[in-house]
Amino acid sequence: MTDFLTPFLMQSAVQAITPILLASLAGVLCGRVGVFNMALEGQMLIGAFAAVVGSYFAHSAAVGVLAAIAATIAFSLILAYGATVFRGDAVVICIGMNLLASGLTAYLLRAMFDVSGTFSDPSLVGLSRIRVPVLQAIPILGWGFARQTAITWGAWVLVVIVTLLLFKTPTGLRLRGVGEEADAAETLGVDVRRYRVVTVLASGALVGLAGAQLSLGAVTVFAEDMTAGRGWIAVVAVMLGRGHPVYSAAACALFGFADAVGLRLQGQGLPNQLTDIAPYVVTLAALALSHRRARAAVSA
Amino acid sequence: MSAVGRLRPPPALVAIVFAVLVGGALVLVSGANPIQAYAAIVGGALAPDNLPNTLNWATPLVGMTLAAAIPLRGGMINLGGDGQMVVGGLVGATASLLLPAPGPLAATLALIAATVAGGLYAALAAWGQIRFAIPMLISSLLLSYTAVGIVSYLVRFPLRDTTTGLPQTALVPVAARLPTLVGPVNAGMLVIAAVAALVIVIDRRAVIGYELRMRGLNARFAGYGGVRLDQQALGAMFASGAIAGLVGAIVVLGGQFRFIDGALLTPAYTWSGLMAALLAGGEPVGAIAAGLFFAALQTGGFAMQRETSVPRVLTLVLQAIVILFLAMRHGLGKRSS
Repeated sequence: MTDFLTPFLMQSAVQAITPILLASLAGVLCGRVGVFNMALEGQMLIGAFAAVVGSYFAHSAAVGVLAAIAATIAFSLILAYGATVFRGDAVVICIGMNLLASGLTAYLLRAMFDVSGTFSDPSLVGLSRIRVPVLQAIPILGWGFARQTAITWGAWVLVVIVTLLLFKTPTGLRLRGVGEEADAAETLGVDVRRYRVVTVLASGALVGLAGAQLSLGAVTVFAEDMTAGRGWIAVVAVMLGRGHPVYSAAACALFGFADAVGLRLQGQGLPNQLTDIAPYVVTLAALALSHRRARAAVSA
Repeated sequence: MSAVGRLRPPPALVAIVFAVLVGGALVLVSGANPIQAYAAIVGGALAPDNLPNTLNWATPLVGMTLAAAIPLRGGMINLGGDGQMVVGGLVGATASLLLPAPGPLAATLALIAATVAGGLYAALAAWGQIRFAIPMLISSLLLSYTAVGIVSYLVRFPLRDTTTGLPQTALVPVAARLPTLVGPVNAGMLVIAAVAALVIVIDRRAVIGYELRMRGLNARFAGYGGVRLDQQALGAMFASGAIAGLVGAIVVLGGQFRFIDGALLTPAYTWSGLMAALLAGGEPVGAIAAGLFFAALQTGGFAMQRETSVPRVLTLVLQAIVILFLAMRHGLGKRSS
């Protein structure tokens, strides 16, 4: 076991967790105001693409991150207004958004860079990693965080912030009220629609960060559909965590770890087609094990 | 997800016009001529020489539309069509390689095997919902990723045709191949047409079709009225996955003659089919019409890419805009509660 839990394994696990974690925080926030966000996958893809575009043209990772946040917020307008003002069905809107993201990024990839499939360029600037040599001395957890991007650090700080926001502030109380009993909240003078729109847009910023980490963090590349189900895993993490940021983060940690273990087994000769499915299998197993009739037993 | 509302034609037309305008703007911004692009789509899809291509593309797409429409009719969503399709495709290819049978029997056996395999795989998601309360919406998708991974492994290692070096199975025997009708169109089109007719008849005339529609309108009412909801979910998902599996085998036995890793997924039949089904709220005739429309759009997309250098993935964008427009403006798929 000791030679299995190497610094490298822990580092890639923490790295794998980041995008899922940020997306699941977004999912938690949306769920709390009563908007079932299934579009995390598409939002993340838009973020990943915009990050590469920003980094490419400005030669700056920071601009890439800002572009990712801005683009994903703009993309989230569809859900924010579609599910509130236009009273559309969130599930159908999210399916449409995921496909739109997939098609739009593939289209723009060809139109802007004249390539299909994968885009990588020397002028792309990736996110730099913060080195904390002290942590290298702490086994397991320290190894994981010794060399990570600011977004990874930020993601874990955001878990704390979102938890405090939801459960310790008046805004959080209203926010939860909107999701639990919209009519009652309305009666108390809470502008339900505004809370929903703002929350969906703010969570769009979180997913934008997730996308930026994906395309500028571990690697510096954009590939079509590179999110590869991470947004869906985040949706499941929200369900498993029953809408609580800390429990959802724990679920994300489990999936990220499964991902890293899969990668490790690949290094030991297991074909990557099999190791790639590790997070999905772990997710399904976790869902089956948590088999209480969760109230997250959404609509379907 | 109850009350998947039925749409009258005019909103769909408005949505298409809207999508064409937004798509046109996108083409314009990327420096091409939208009118030329759309003219190329229409010509590429509907010119007499190109009609067989459109029909050939429509066969799997309409098949996947039906696969999506059946659960949707009952207010359920199957997001796992990709997985069920590759399971069917691989089982179809393997069955025809392992079971040497004379003449048309070989193809029939392979198609049946693929249908059953796809159906069982989809039913697994329904079982997960009944037994473990795992929402089918999610489990069907997660199972799909899993199936795609496992099938990809199988076709790269144990089942690979070692003579070619590519991730594909050996060629299926000539007896198991579906006969050609016109150009690229093969007998698979007739099979899908028969399935479509069957789905329409069951939807309109049979008790199970009525019960499924009732569930779509109000699942609790249907349950109160004596519909066995668990069994129904299993049945609807089995039927959905069975059609997806059949589509996979038809593509393998009708066109490619071997299972090629990824070849079933690149055209994104599953997602176009789901959008077509959503467009009609699961009502089969409307869904089939929408499926044919999307097939024409995509076939035209090839011509557009060839003639005007506008990437054909634009057609996917157009489809997504149609769905989003209808979802917002006309409450497509709106729950009644």
